[in-house]
Amino acid sequence: MAYEMQFGPVLARSGELVDGAINTLILSGEAIAAGVAIGLAAAVTRVYGPAWAGRLVKIYVEAFRNTPLLVQLFLIFFGLPYLGIRLSANVAAFLALSLNLGAYATEIIRAGLLAIPKTQIEAGLALGLSGLQTIRYVVLVPALRIIYPALTGQLTLTLLGSSIASAISATELTAVASKIESNTFRSLETFLVIAVMYIALTFAFRLLYWLIGKRLFRRKVPRPSLLADIPAAGAKP
Amino acid sequence: MRTFGWDSIQFLLLATRWTIGLSLVTFLIGGFFGLIFALLRALGPGWAKMIVAGYIQLVQATPLLVIVFLAFYGLSFLGFFLPPLIAAGLSLAIYTTAFLADIWRGCIESIPRQQWEAADSLAMSGPQKLRYVILPQAFRIALGPTVGFMVQIVKNTSVTALIGFVELTRAGQLVNNMTFQPFHVFLTVAVIYFALCYPLSHWSERLKGRGHARA
Repeated sequence: MAYEMQFGPVLARSGELVDGAINTLILSGEAIAAGVAIGLAAAVTRVYGPAWAGRLVKIYVEAFRNTPLLVQLFLIFFGLPYLGIRLSANVAAFLALSLNLGAYATEIIRAGLLAIPKTQIEAGLALGLSGLQTIRYVVLVPALRIIYPALTGQLTLTLLGSSIASAISATELTAVASKIESNTFRSLETFLVIAVMYIALTFAFRLLYWLIGKRLFRRKVPRPSLLADIPAAGAKP
Repeated sequence: MRTFGWDSIQFLLLATRWTIGLSLVTFLIGGFFGLIFALLRALGPGWAKMIVAGYIQLVQATPLLVIVFLAFYGLSFLGFFLPPLIAAGLSLAIYTTAFLADIWRGCIESIPRQQWEAADSLAMSGPQKLRYVILPQAFRIALGPTVGFMVQIVKNTSVTALIGFVELTRAGQLVNNMTFQPFHVFLTVAVIYFALCYPLSHWSERLKGRGHARA
């Protein structure tokens, strides 16, 4: 094999690559914020809301979890103009990513809310906490602690999924790479470079989630000592 | 110009065969290597654990689309010409291997120590312990998440449309280019994906529910 790697032409355009990475960060950061907000609202509706609203949430969740992100993106970017809604590539990508994440986040957060026993809420109220305080300290934080690994894993998938937005020529990292690739014909080098950049971004995000988690769940709840030995026998495998 | 009608839907349904075929091939190859990697990760020697863990970490931190591009554009420059079908299958298998290995490792590790000790005390050999004690139990735990990941595989095949592999999503793009009715076309495409994925999702939920009830 006579192929020699030449990273020169790719690295010569590192300015564009950095811009692309910043756009990826902005796009996925916005989508993560919106997606988690959607997921929280939808999960609370599903668990505590009226039945009809819960059914609507279920339809939304199943529709978005059982179709590919790429098709959702095409439907929003190419399909919505048919209904008179014309969006720029970046806005369409933001919308698709946040609705997609919202559906997964709904299911994850719902599982967390359901894991909080009703008696725990009653205990919070009995201690004289207000309704909001109960939701804040007795439901949300413990629920978040349970689902934190699943939720942050899903957020990482959203960061990586943002590369799909290159298909509608949004201005994120993969789209920049495709442009450089077609200018320089250094395909292998270009995609290797952005692979390393995505890996670095992912690890940076994971570090951030770990720091946030450490701060959020600072107060370790000690195991009740009297009961410590009893549930161990019937503990789940 | 054609309008979106029955013949377009037929074209999409024919392309769906490739989505299903690619999903099956991906699952079989990814499942084969995923199982080997899961066993190595959970039970192998230290160096093998580290290599597999590194592989899983790197693949899970790279977008699938970039892996697909690397396989399709990248490897052809190294002298292998990969037609879209092979590049698609290879990259999806690499991706799937990492995720299934991670899922199954968790299932193997969730079998309590006492099961290993019990098998030991029955004088079972290493392979016998796996074959008769550990893997049957791990399999039951793994069934729900594995079926759940099949949904991801079916959806992930859509990414191969971007290297020109004509499966359902690419067929949707082609029909759209002929009819200029993107809303109808991609809604139909989405409905076909939903018809493929929803039964799997539903099955996966039921399997997971059963696991909880038993535990």
